[in-house]
Amino acid sequence: MTAALDIQGLRKTYSNGFTALKGIDLRVEQGDFFALLGANGAGKSTTIGIVSSLVNKTAGSVSIFGYDLDNQRELAKAQIGLVPQEFNFNIFEPVVEIIVNQGGYYGMPRSAAYARAEILLNQLGLWDKRHDQAKSLSGGMKRRLMIARSLVHNPRLLILDEPTAGVDIEIRRSMWEFLSQLNADGTTIILTTHYLEEAESLCRNIGIIDKGELIENTSMKQLLNRLDTESYVFDLAEPIESLPVTSNLCHFTLRDPTTLEVVFHKAHYSLNQIFAFLNEHEVNIRSMRNKTNRLEQLFMDLVEGNKA
Amino acid sequence: MNAQQKWVAYYTILVREVLRFTRIWVQTIIPPVITTALYFVIFGNLIGSQIGKMEGHSYIEFIVPGLIMMSVITNSYANVVSSFYSSKFQGNIAEMLVSPTPNWIILLGYVSGGVARGVTVGVAVTLVSLLFSNLYIQHFWITLTIAILTSALFALAGLINAAYAKSFDDITIIPTFVLTPLTYLGGVFYSIAMLPPFWQKLSLLNPVLYMVNGFRYGILGIADISVWISYAVISSFILLLGGFGLYLLNKGIGIRS
Repeated sequence: MTAALDIQGLRKTYSNGFTALKGIDLRVEQGDFFALLGANGAGKSTTIGIVSSLVNKTAGSVSIFGYDLDNQRELAKAQIGLVPQEFNFNIFEPVVEIIVNQGGYYGMPRSAAYARAEILLNQLGLWDKRHDQAKSLSGGMKRRLMIARSLVHNPRLLILDEPTAGVDIEIRRSMWEFLSQLNADGTTIILTTHYLEEAESLCRNIGIIDKGELIENTSMKQLLNRLDTESYVFDLAEPIESLPVTSNLCHFTLRDPTTLEVVFHKAHYSLNQIFAFLNEHEVNIRSMRNKTNRLEQLFMDLVEGNKA
Repeated sequence: MNAQQKWVAYYTILVREVLRFTRIWVQTIIPPVITTALYFVIFGNLIGSQIGKMEGHSYIEFIVPGLIMMSVITNSYANVVSSFYSSKFQGNIAEMLVSPTPNWIILLGYVSGGVARGVTVGVAVTLVSLLFSNLYIQHFWITLTIAILTSALFALAGLINAAYAKSFDDITIIPTFVLTPLTYLGGVFYSIAMLPPFWQKLSLLNPVLYMVNGFRYGILGIADISVWISYAVISSFILLLGGFGLYLLNKGIGIRS
């Protein structure tokens, strides 16, 4: 099947001589929810900028649903919806006008664009604000406005560059639900984010860019399976004074009399065994939680490894 | 995009541009009308009454076409330079750049917006001039086409200026140091026949001279230069600047990194 996005040998050197992309190859399949991760300045936004025609590439090729961005530019661009990192609408225009105009740039008659705007603004909770100038919206509303704008022409590929940055947790969760439903309805989504929890819970596949190179491109499941240790924090029902026995495959740390941390190798231990072990030593557990985000740890391992 | 979709994209840009300047009409339409009215009062009535006939017309009648054209030039230029640069500055130019709208439609849309403002202000100033003079348009279609072509030309110049501009200061340099001197020296207030031969020849290098004279011919039926030469010069500059503007958009100069 034709890929939603197929990037070959993409390079970008800016006029100041800085090489942001050093020849990356990336393929995102149709229907995927793909996370593109990387530290600040790694090359994520440059990649997105080139795919969405906002940045000129130095070399390489980009095709979107089989349409070459150089030779079939109009068709390729018609497939994409972009939610950029920065707010980039005319703040003096009314909300609905921003969306209707965006539809117009894709050739949608005003009546059709308005009807579509009504659906999207209702879905994103902005219909009541449709006549307000965009500058009067809160940060979360502005993010949702950019999502509505990007979807007005029903794109097959939606690219979101840190869409939930600076958004409170409630709105972030509602945006996650909206995006998950959109993906379930068939829209391919590429997401960049600094919230790795977001990538882990939403995305099926992942690419990691570091210093202009794609250092990882795999499924989320495979990547997380590489993590050979698990870390948990137990809140104890009763305080303890001494630690249970430890080994190099299972390590306990008593943070305070009622907080116990455990790190164990997944290949050698299961949580059932840990519980049985603690039960045997009369350690009563009230609750537990993951110590760190798993993807965050892998991400750090990969980026650190690339530095070495 | 098919032809209908291209039309929709063009119409969208045009409507957006027209709404932009009509929403703030107190800032865009009224000031040039007031400024030109002051010109009429001071240069036309007060000083002009001391000046004799100019090629068979009173001085105020003689300067009316030039003053209207001056408003058309400055407003068509200002509309596009400010709109295009603001789009760059706020980043909303990306709305068009990510879309399949061809660059020539974007160019045409902005230029049409500039023409719309230039002609709107031109009409407003013309109506005000009727309070000060007994204006009768001799050649309506020549007047209208020269006004439209001139505003298109300066709308293109505004777009090129905005593409290169990196700050708000950069969009005021050309109007201040190039546009205003060329306009004032373009025969708005005098006939070049009044100048010494050397300055007459030098004036012929000023493109604004051809626009003012073409427009004056349309309204008064008099001009220092053949109206056909005016058409030829304006059209040539439109092709030149239009081609260059399209080149900038295609290459992404000033708008893509």
